[in-house]
This record gives sequence, structure tokens and C-alpha cells, in this order.
Amino acid sequence: MSETSTLVFGLILLLGAVGVAAGLTWFERRLLGIWQDRYGPNRLGPLGALQVLADMLKLLTKDDWVPPFADRVVFVFAPTAIVIAMLLGFAVVPFSPDMHLLDMNIGLLFFLGMTSLAVYSVLLGGLASNNKYALLGGLRSAAQMISYEVFMGLSLMGVVMLAGSFSLQDIVRAQEGMWFCVHQFLGLYVFLIAGIAESHRLPFDLPEAEHELTAGFHTEYGGMKFAMFMLGEYLGLILISCMMTALFFGGWLGPDFLPPLAWFLLKTGIIILFFILLRAAIPRPRYDQLMSLGWKVMLPLTLVNLAATGAVALWMEG
Amino acid sequence: MILSLFYVAAAIAVLSTVIALSRTNAAHALIYLIMSLLSVAVIFFIMGAPFAAALEVVIYAGAIMVLFVFVIMMLNLGEAGQAREREWLKPSSWLLPGLFALVLLAELLILQGSMDGTTSGVTVEPKAVGLTLFGPYVLAVELASMLLLAGLVGAYHVGRSFLARDRGGPR
Repeated sequence: MSETSTLVFGLILLLGAVGVAAGLTWFERRLLGIWQDRYGPNRLGPLGALQVLADMLKLLTKDDWVPPFADRVVFVFAPTAIVIAMLLGFAVVPFSPDMHLLDMNIGLLFFLGMTSLAVYSVLLGGLASNNKYALLGGLRSAAQMISYEVFMGLSLMGVVMLAGSFSLQDIVRAQEGMWFCVHQFLGLYVFLIAGIAESHRLPFDLPEAEHELTAGFHTEYGGMKFAMFMLGEYLGLILISCMMTALFFGGWLGPDFLPPLAWFLLKTGIIILFFILLRAAIPRPRYDQLMSLGWKVMLPLTLVNLAATGAVALWMEG
Repeated sequence: MILSLFYVAAAIAVLSTVIALSRTNAAHALIYLIMSLLSVAVIFFIMGAPFAAALEVVIYAGAIMVLFVFVIMMLNLGEAGQAREREWLKPSSWLLPGLFALVLLAELLILQGSMDGTTSGVTVEPKAVGLTLFGPYVLAVELASMLLLAGLVGAYHVGRSFLARDRGGPR
């Protein structure tokens, strides 16, 4: 791509990601309403779709308050970190054979790095709030995210082994014969669970579990700063879905009657739907259950997967 | 272009490290340290080591520093901690470390004069890093892994009495 078209594509990508994230807030509430046999937001506009606009106006006009006991600079900085890190993560997503901002041989590691930097938002938000509930939420998220980052990275190594590259375009091309979700189903399973835990969405939203921590790390946040946390969370959800599509479900590969981009977006959309369904279907585990699930089930599973994949890859090579 | 990018990243790295050293608030110091690590990652990338750059972000900035912040949150020192830091950071305690750092700087400058280009200008692919690690340096990798295992076992041993108390009664 030329210099200007890359710039334009980047801009569209940024605006598109933020726009989809905003739209998801309405979409998710609406779907949850259907699944739980109630209405959800249905007053403003067709099917209540303008609810997004109303929410945005409400959040924008709220008093931008910083509690006097908080660490002011860090308090303001914290919500921006997650949004910036997640948006940067979109740079390596391969939307179609030639639609990507970056195609480096470390693309996958770049994504992992960005998700691990997003942790700081929650951590520093909890620390700077100077509130015990926020601190507890921040502590929980630190432990949860560090643990699940380990399995997240390890679960992807099987894919890297089979594709022989960290570049996401190469990984998608390596799936031409068979999607990796078939022979890397253990990796997919671990990545799915670690992905939910990393984006701390329900059922793994223990950093903000409202029945025990009021609102966890963002207890003291309001207005646009709170909206930034929410935006980051939804961006994380979209990013994880995009990565799952690219890594396990063949990315933009698909029969010819639809363009590659359409295939990619379709698959990503279905995975996002699945994430929302999980939220409606599964209750939140206890914190120690989450941690022991991670270290006692997820870690052995990924190691078994890694060893088996390595053995098979070596055997195939002969 | 590349050279100016390097100088910008290097300046940010040096500045943020100095600021990180001189902060009394531990959380602020850590944020500057994270910034310094990120700029070092950029420097690695510019010098043609993208894999090292990615690992710098994933492991140092993304995992080790998170643990540091975690510890600071656990201790939650607040004002008392800041006062103690201020006590430690008085000018007289800067003297000796500053002197040593100056000696190192002088050494670096002398060495730099006698050497030309330290990088070959080739991009080191992840595969090359892996082949080197598990080829000529496999012994070092194994030793490091044993060290980590020892750390893990040690941490389990230290934490065991705590876990046993949780289940009721010491062991």
C-alpha cells in the first residue's frame, strides 16, 4: 500500500474500531435482553439503536470529577492506557490479503505485548483511586491477568509452530488446507478462556465484581473517564475476536462468493456473538476458583498441547 | 531518519530513567521505568532486533513491571513511604553511585572512540534468535530454566505454611 492509503486505512481502522465498540454497548444489552426474556434498551430510534448516542451525550456532559484523595496525574492517565494499547493492537490484524497496517514477523508478539500493556490501565486506576475497593479490584486484576497472559502466550505457540512464523498474514495463509481450530483445539480452548480473562469480561470480570467490590477498579471513575474504561474493554473484546479469527478460524480465507474482508468480518462477528452469549449463560466463578483453574487446568493443558504439537511437527518433517 | 528516531528514543530512555530514579512516589517512579523500558524496546527495533524488542515489551514492560506495581499495591505505603524515600534521596547519598556512574560513562566514551559500528545493519529474525538460543547457548538456557525452577520450588515452600493454615491446622 502507498503512504497515503496506509494513512487513510489507519484512520478508518481507528474510527471503525471505536465506532463498533460504541455500537456493541447497545447490541450487547439488546441481545442479553432477548436471551433473558426482557426488552433491553428499546425506546430511542429503531430498536433502541440511538441509545448509544444518548449514553454518549450523558457521559460527555457529566461532571469530570477527580476525587481529592486520588493521585491526580495517574488517575487521569490510567483510562487512556487501555484504549491506546488496544487500538495499537489492531495494527497487526490481517483483515484481507492486503489490508493490514503492519505485517512484521513479530506481529503476534506485538499483539501479546499490547494486551499485556493494557493491564496497567486497570492496575494504575485501582492504585490511584486511593479507595480500598478499587485497590482490591486492581490487585485481583493484576494476579488474574499475569496468570492468564502466560497461558495466552503459550496456547498460541502451537499455532506458531505449525505456521512457522509470527506474522499473522503467514499464519492465515498456512491455514489454507485446514483451519487451526481443528488440530489446535486445545490451544483454541485455552486462548478463548484466557481471552475472556484478559479482557476481564463476564464471567471473569472479578476485578469489578459488583456484588463484592461495588465496581472494583473503576469505583471512583465517572463521566468520560469511566467511558474510556468501557471503550477499552469493548475494544479488547473486538481485538480478541479478530485475533481468534485470524489464528484459529482461517482469517480471511473462505469460498469465493464473498470477498476476503467479508469473511473476516463475518467470522469475527460470530465470535463476538459467542462472547456475549457466554456472558448471558455462565455465572461468575469465585476468585480462587479462577486462579486454580488457570494454574491447575490451563497450564498443564497448554504444555500438553505444546509438546504434542511439537512432536507431530517433527514427525511430519520426518 | 532512522538515526534521529534512535536519538529521540535514546533521549526518552535516559530522561525517564533519571526521573524514575529521583521520584519519591514509588508508583510514579515505576511508570517512568515502564516508559524507559518501552523506549529501549524501540531502540532494539531500530537496531534490527524486532524479536528482542517484542520480548522487552511482553516480558519486562508487560509482566515484570506489573509484578512490581502489584507489590506496591500490596504494601500501599502512602505518605510514610514517600517521606522515607525523601530521606534516602538526600544529595549526600547520590555522591558515590554518581561517581561510579561517571567512571562507567567515561569508559563507555573511551571505548566508543576505539570502535566503529556495533551493529551489522541486518535484521535478526525470531528464527535466528531461537536457533542461537538452542544451538550454541543451550547450556545457558538450561541453567536459566533450572534457576527459575528453583525459584518456583522455593516460592512454593515459603508459601506452603500459609496454604496449610488456610486448610486448617499447621503441617
